[in-house]
Amino acid sequence: MSVEVAHEAHGHHPTLHHQFEDLEQQNDSYVVGMWTFLVTEIMFFGGLFLAYTVFRHSNPEVFADAGHKYLDWHKGSFNTVVLLSSSLSMALAVYSAQKANRGAQLLFLGITVLCSFIFLGVKYLEWSAEFREFHLPGPGFRYVTDAHIDTAKAQIFFCLYFAMTGLHALHVIIGILIMSVIGFMIVARKPCVQYYMPVEMTGLYWHFVDIVWIFLFPLFYLIPKNG
Amino acid sequence: MSDAAIPPGILIERESANRPNYLNWSHTVKDWLLTSDHKRIAILYLISITFMFGLGGIAAMAIRAELVLPHGHLMESETYNKVFTMHGVVMIFFFLVPSIPATLGNFVLPLMIGARDLAFPRLNLLSWYLYTIGGVISLGAMICGGVDAGWTFYTPYSSIYSNSNISVTLLGLFIAGFSSITTGINFIVTIHKMRAPGLTWMRLPLFVWAHYATSVIIVLGTPVVAVTLGLVLTERLLHIGIFDPAIGGDPILFQHMFWFYSHPAVYIMILPSMGIISEVVACFCRKRVFGYSFVCGSTLAIAGFGFMVWGHHMFITGQSVYTGMIFSALTFIVAVPSAIKVFNWTATIYKGEVVFSAPMIYALGFIGLFTIGGLTGLYCASLTVDVHINMTYFIVAHFHYVMVGGATLGYLAGLHFWWPKMTGRMYPEGWAKLSAGLVFVGFNLTFFPQFILGWLGMPRRYHYYPVEFQTWHVLSTAGATVLAVSYIIPIIYFIWSLKYGEKVGPNPWGAAGLEWTISSPPLPHNFDNLPTVTWEAYNYEVPHADEEVDHSGGIVGDEQPSH
Ligand SMILES: [Cu+2]
Repeated sequence: MSVEVAHEAHGHHPTLHHQFEDLEQQNDSYVVGMWTFLVTEIMFFGGLFLAYTVFRHSNPEVFADAGHKYLDWHKGSFNTVVLLSSSLSMALAVYSAQKANRGAQLLFLGITVLCSFIFLGVKYLEWSAEFREFHLPGPGFRYVTDAHIDTAKAQIFFCLYFAMTGLHALHVIIGILIMSVIGFMIVARKPCVQYYMPVEMTGLYWHFVDIVWIFLFPLFYLIPKNG
Repeated sequence: MSDAAIPPGILIERESANRPNYLNWSHTVKDWLLTSDHKRIAILYLISITFMFGLGGIAAMAIRAELVLPHGHLMESETYNKVFTMHGVVMIFFFLVPSIPATLGNFVLPLMIGARDLAFPRLNLLSWYLYTIGGVISLGAMICGGVDAGWTFYTPYSSIYSNSNISVTLLGLFIAGFSSITTGINFIVTIHKMRAPGLTWMRLPLFVWAHYATSVIIVLGTPVVAVTLGLVLTERLLHIGIFDPAIGGDPILFQHMFWFYSHPAVYIMILPSMGIISEVVACFCRKRVFGYSFVCGSTLAIAGFGFMVWGHHMFITGQSVYTGMIFSALTFIVAVPSAIKVFNWTATIYKGEVVFSAPMIYALGFIGLFTIGGLTGLYCASLTVDVHINMTYFIVAHFHYVMVGGATLGYLAGLHFWWPKMTGRMYPEGWAKLSAGLVFVGFNLTFFPQFILGWLGMPRRYHYYPVEFQTWHVLSTAGATVLAVSYIIPIIYFIWSLKYGEKVGPNPWGAAGLEWTISSPPLPHNFDNLPTVTWEAYNYEVPHADEEVDHSGGIVGDEQPSH
């Protein structure tokens, strides 16, 4: 078949796809594609950040009260440190991928996954505490405070908190899945991971997930007391 | 002379006469459904989009039939609401948004820039599956249960006052949104990284520029509407919602976030169409598009300004007057790049050797109808006038002039223009000219009365109306019938031409552009040898031979004969 002929005609490298002329073009395409994808991610989270801005602007005292009373900045800071460490190990994983060092690559990917699980574990503790306090928005929502706070407005705070940290946690879970798949493919010596591009792209994604948290943490945990 | 003196297409054409093309190299269903070939995916999209267009059209005819009599004789009010919601949702999200990019763009864009495929072929296939899955889910809910919130899904219509079918519909739209996003990412990467050697940005066909701008809008806008619809969905399912006033939320915030996408979405629909018009006008006037760089610039300007005008949908929601003034002024600014385009097409036609083939007639129809749609847009953008005409048939007529008279006529122009390239066969020209004429007549008969109705105060989305409006409604329905016939004729003759159409060579129009240098239909991998481009787009003024007459002359030609 002519298709196969065409594939062979310029399939010099096992990981080069037929639509590309050379590896450089392919890698450039991956990089541009990943960055464009991250732009869509920014816009996706951007909608939620917009909602946060609008409601915090109109109810500063509610956000300050709820954030201080019910979100534990110790846990938040711990998680920030954990995620930042995971970003470091991800960067090292990319570095070892570029050096084609399989062992180091697996080690650092493993550390990144471990950090992600610690992050999710802490998040689980935080969320279940909120559930116990009836902070899940809905008919059963309750909000106890000595300040003069409109319960409905407090509910909005928790809507945003669950929606934004939930979406972020979903991204962490997707990251864990991608890293695990890549890890297994490295162990199985699959040809597509002999090259550093998959790990590098995962790295870009992971740093993005990290940066989102860098914004979420102060916005929810570190609201000034006076609003 | 250099390599470019031997147009690559001629060589391929001679060799490839008996070689399998992208259509006939395999015939199994699996090879179609699991294809990663942009041309086959374009065909899959073409079939699904035509199906959706038919569904939306049936809903439109039901609306028009209902409006013949002033007191609603066909359906109850709730059914009527469901039908116009169905019409809007199907036509906007499942026809207009993907129509040109996913079919013609998918097919032609890689050919135009001399690439073997899009940068991410499997992502392209995923896009079609997301579209199909989203479509099945949304349509299933809309047909089986019915959704009556209108295509805009304004809260609280879509949250408190809707049944649960709307959750399923929103889920479908959420999924379909990602099909749009994947296409956008694919096009951006392809245009950045897959251009043939020598094909600089300022040598790109305007169709490619239009798709670049469209993809930028898709990438920036679609995630916002996805998260917005997602929030309505979670509001309904999990009580996490920020639009529900019962829990302190803000329904107007929904409108801001919705129109942040849905106004630019108008340009997702119209910009690719404008790209087609540039190609068709240049080809059938045998001239370079007048002011090429200005058309490029206006394309980007429309995409940019398009993101700053969403508030013009909310003049009567109680937003601050000063906000309204700024949005109004910015909306007027968008008219400038649109006018530049119309001016430049007209200047291209001026003193050109105009060939009145079917694509050209569609294109001329586009220019006229888009101009009316655009100019009436200025009425709607004026704060005080808008208070009078908002929510009336004037708005309905205005955006149908842009969306149907503009985007859909452009789509039909492009479909006729590239049909011989896609299938290797020519459609019957006489029938095509007839249906092009009918579209124009039927369209104006349908929608011009709606301007008058709206000006007189007929509100949209109502099916009971005062008797004095009846004449206009009957005229509009008569026009819609003509319009329906003019859409059915092409469907019939396109299918007919697959078997009986006259076989064509690589370049039946004598058009410039890399897609016309390869065989029709193209080989599975498009180009045997990737071309090197040394000429500008639309170099029609360079003396060139018609491909039927002389195979030694360059179809695309080289830069300028240096001797
Ligand atoms: Cu608008």
